[in-house]
Amino acid sequence: MEQFPIIQIIDEEGNVVLPEYREKLTKELVMTMYYHLIRTRTFDRKCVSLQRQGRIGTYAPYEGQEASQVGSALALENDDWLFPTYRDHGATMTFGHSLVRILLYWKGRNEGCVPPDGKKIFPPSVPIATQLPHAAGAAYAEKRKGTKNAVIVYFGDGATSEGDFHEGLNIASVFHVPAVFFNQNNQYAISVPITRQMKTKTIAQKALAYDIPGIRVDGNDIFAVYFETKKALDRARNGEGPTLIEAVTWRYGAHTTADDPTKYRDQEESKRRRERDPIVRVERFLKQIGWWDEQQIKEMQEKVQAEIEQAVAEMEQFPEANPADMFDFVFATPTWTIEQQKQMYTSWRERA
Amino acid sequence: MTTTVKTNTLTLVQAVTDALRTMLREREDVLVLGEDVGKNGGVFRATDGLQAEFGEDRVIDTPLSEAGFTGAAIGMAVNGFRPVVEIQFLGFIYPAYEQIMTHAARIRSRTLGHFTVPMVIRAPYGAGVRAPEIHSDSTEALFTHMPGMKVVCPSTPYDAKGLLIAAIEDPDPVLFLEPMRCYRAFREEVPEGKYTIEIGKGKRVREGEDVTVIAWGAMVPVAMKAAEEAAKKGINADVIDLRTLYPLDRELIVESVQKTGRTVIVQEAHATGGVANDLIALINDECFLYQKAPVERVTGFDVPVPFFSLEDHYLPTPERVLYAIEKAVAF
Repeated sequence: MEQFPIIQIIDEEGNVVLPEYREKLTKELVMTMYYHLIRTRTFDRKCVSLQRQGRIGTYAPYEGQEASQVGSALALENDDWLFPTYRDHGATMTFGHSLVRILLYWKGRNEGCVPPDGKKIFPPSVPIATQLPHAAGAAYAEKRKGTKNAVIVYFGDGATSEGDFHEGLNIASVFHVPAVFFNQNNQYAISVPITRQMKTKTIAQKALAYDIPGIRVDGNDIFAVYFETKKALDRARNGEGPTLIEAVTWRYGAHTTADDPTKYRDQEESKRRRERDPIVRVERFLKQIGWWDEQQIKEMQEKVQAEIEQAVAEMEQFPEANPADMFDFVFATPTWTIEQQKQMYTSWRERA
Repeated sequence: MTTTVKTNTLTLVQAVTDALRTMLREREDVLVLGEDVGKNGGVFRATDGLQAEFGEDRVIDTPLSEAGFTGAAIGMAVNGFRPVVEIQFLGFIYPAYEQIMTHAARIRSRTLGHFTVPMVIRAPYGAGVRAPEIHSDSTEALFTHMPGMKVVCPSTPYDAKGLLIAAIEDPDPVLFLEPMRCYRAFREEVPEGKYTIEIGKGKRVREGEDVTVIAWGAMVPVAMKAAEEAAKKGINADVIDLRTLYPLDRELIVESVQKTGRTVIVQEAHATGGVANDLIALINDECFLYQKAPVERVTGFDVPVPFFSLEDHYLPTPERVLYAIEKAVAF
């Protein structure tokens, strides 16, 4: 624990505890961060409500983890790669994913796996930790191509128990690739608390095994997340290899809307943790420093609401899924079996 | 004198819990392990209440590592225990594939019977419940193809309990597939206490003489619905619930197909390399001269199980099965 101290730039009261960062916290940067924080939270709550109304399917909420996701995604450059899990759409939307497409994903549509043009956002990994080797490979490719682009890959505390965690980090380390392994330690893998997941006190210390930097940040402090991720990305771009970042955070709600957290933990803990909420913390900072402007905040909230309502409307007006799509994209050229099955199914539907 | 066995009205998933509870009580060597099976009682509640009753040493929440806990279960099995492993969804079993294919399935063979792996791997499988992507696979044929594994797939609460107990008592590794779509579809009377259903035995669920319809897991209700519709048109189907996918119930299939001379196989999985093809091979071997029509297959397509907006187009329906029945009869 002493070897991997938790890095914090603002404390829970919104005080800057590392004064050397004070000047770097420009009004523009902080207001951008705050905007994305409320945008991601509003979107997440909207999705939970859409699921309850049966307008989308099972949904994985991230409320509580916004500082980790927004802070890290804002540190990226436009041409970087992002490999998310199913709980990281707070990061992907901040990095430029389309809200409509994220909504379509949760509505059971492949369109949700297609990023906007020019955005290197991989489809969310649904199995655990399988995206880590992909990130190592994509970063290797950037290195071979001689670019300055970096790769960020997201994963949770439970993912560190999978073989792919080790294999991905090891390959990244051996090949010395420009990748940032961004762990959101929200302390529960569905029902299993981190103390039952691993005996190590930190996730950051696992970096020692790969001889790469291991950084532990307060994942509810967006400033710490942003600056530490930026440093790691800079190292990556400068040929200094991969970094493992552990952002310590908390998911307030359920694993997914199909999960009932009261079965395995005291949800009072989630209530208590709202005192350390990543958004409240920035609000306290803004108020202390005198940048809190009711009118501006209100406009920001209205803008976010309108954008989200517009995205929901577009999701609901989106043309129905085309059954031909399930046949047409399996191979570049469909095999005869797929052609035959498509033909049989199409004529069956026309007949009916 | 008849003795009355007390029964409970259970869903399929409750029957699974009942089987596990029965065997945890019956045998000290039975263990349950997997992700979220303990305190949470399983993501489908299949292990609900078991950790409270039997303790953390016997109902074990493992780290999130399918290869790790499946491999560890192999180690427990060769060393005196009977682990029942839960894979949360069949679509997440693939990291454990090497452990199952290379080790669980062939340790008996490699060591000429010196080491054996009496373990059960339980996995919910299949589409049709609007689950997120990757949660809807039905890749049973990856395991029927695996020498040394038995593959069981019940479609009713009664069969689920009896087959799971038989699987736990089996001296060899068994993959026990639980159709998610049937988990809470209906309830039936399930006897209390221990009873078994022999692995390798199917069940005739409808008697008929015109056409044999073979199905398993979530496709059994689909086949039955089609058979009922066919009956309205004067076609009487003999419907077989396979229950075990490896080894197949040769006697039952051969007896039925020799009687009807026509077969329709309903398979949720992709067409190529599926269990339906093994059934056709068996029919070809044993019933060639009895055939009145080519065997019809109604299957999923050779495409990844689609996202849920399209899953109804992927899954065999009673209408598609009825069409195949009529085609076979009209041949």
